[in-house]
Amino acid sequence: MTAQTPRGLVTTAAGIGVAVGVYGVSFGVLAVAAGLSPAQAAVMSMLVFTGASQFAFVGVLAAGGGALAAVGPAVMLALRNAAYGLSLAPILAGRLRKRALAAQFVIDETTAMARAQDDAVTARRAFLLTGISVWLCWSAGTVGGALLGGALGDPRALGLDAMFPAAFLALLAPQLRRAGAPAAAVAGAAIAVVVLPFAPAGVPVIAALAGVVPGLLVAKGVRS
Amino acid sequence: MSWTVLLGLCAVSYALKAVGPVLAGGRQLSPNVRRTLDLVAVPLLAALILVQTFGDGRRLVLDARAPALAVAAVLVWRRAPFLVVVLSAAAVAALVRAAA
Repeated sequence: MTAQTPRGLVTTAAGIGVAVGVYGVSFGVLAVAAGLSPAQAAVMSMLVFTGASQFAFVGVLAAGGGALAAVGPAVMLALRNAAYGLSLAPILAGRLRKRALAAQFVIDETTAMARAQDDAVTARRAFLLTGISVWLCWSAGTVGGALLGGALGDPRALGLDAMFPAAFLALLAPQLRRAGAPAAAVAGAAIAVVVLPFAPAGVPVIAALAGVVPGLLVAKGVRS
Repeated sequence: MSWTVLLGLCAVSYALKAVGPVLAGGRQLSPNVRRTLDLVAVPLLAALILVQTFGDGRRLVLDARAPALAVAAVLVWRRAPFLVVVLSAAAVAALVRAAA
């Protein structure tokens, strides 16, 4: 799924947008069912704009938790965006205002697309194209889902919950060519699975960040 | 649902995203830092895949998402387009659930 040519980039970015849009519809449905107004669901997708956090937030609300209780897991899941933002900093150059706008696009999909490219210019283009595509589709999908509500049926019966791991796998695959990346992936996955039964939502994924260490050690061994 | 909490979450999630681009945007980082940051997304994505395939709250479960991920893995390996991978995974999970 590497996309080097400008046209390839647009096609892949649009494909990611459509897939995320479908998931946005199911977020809209779930958000309204959990007690958000359609306006609140739309504002959340446009401004929070980080899917996993949003699902965690409405998940806690739907389970009967209060709004403040729902913020905890949502913030835990959003922490990884800080790591992504730092890793993208070298390619996000330019005036402060442009960088501040680009920051809103710092999510899993855009980081993965940027990371899959070989040079900084293509990486920047991949980041922006994917960001715009995903932002538009996620927001539009949310509004659609929030207005349609339960008329769509159960998102799980449609298999929509299986879309995200598949999408992340497609985004991860091109990055595995980097030295040390397979070791980092295996370690991250193992950490998450071990931590999951003992920690609240979001923590397993943050703990997986430690998988960078074996990755770096392997990469160092390759270089020396 | 309180607008105050919602807008607070908007502010926090933006602040987290903005740390890198706003404070360090365009900086050339030392090779060691860059190598580390280059790898950051990899274990996070791998963890997300596992958690979203086998996680159910704090339990690990084996359900329709597992065969969906297996099919996605084969398609990724065969270099299928992104949308084909994602929609096939949804279709597999839907079919397995319908059959159950």
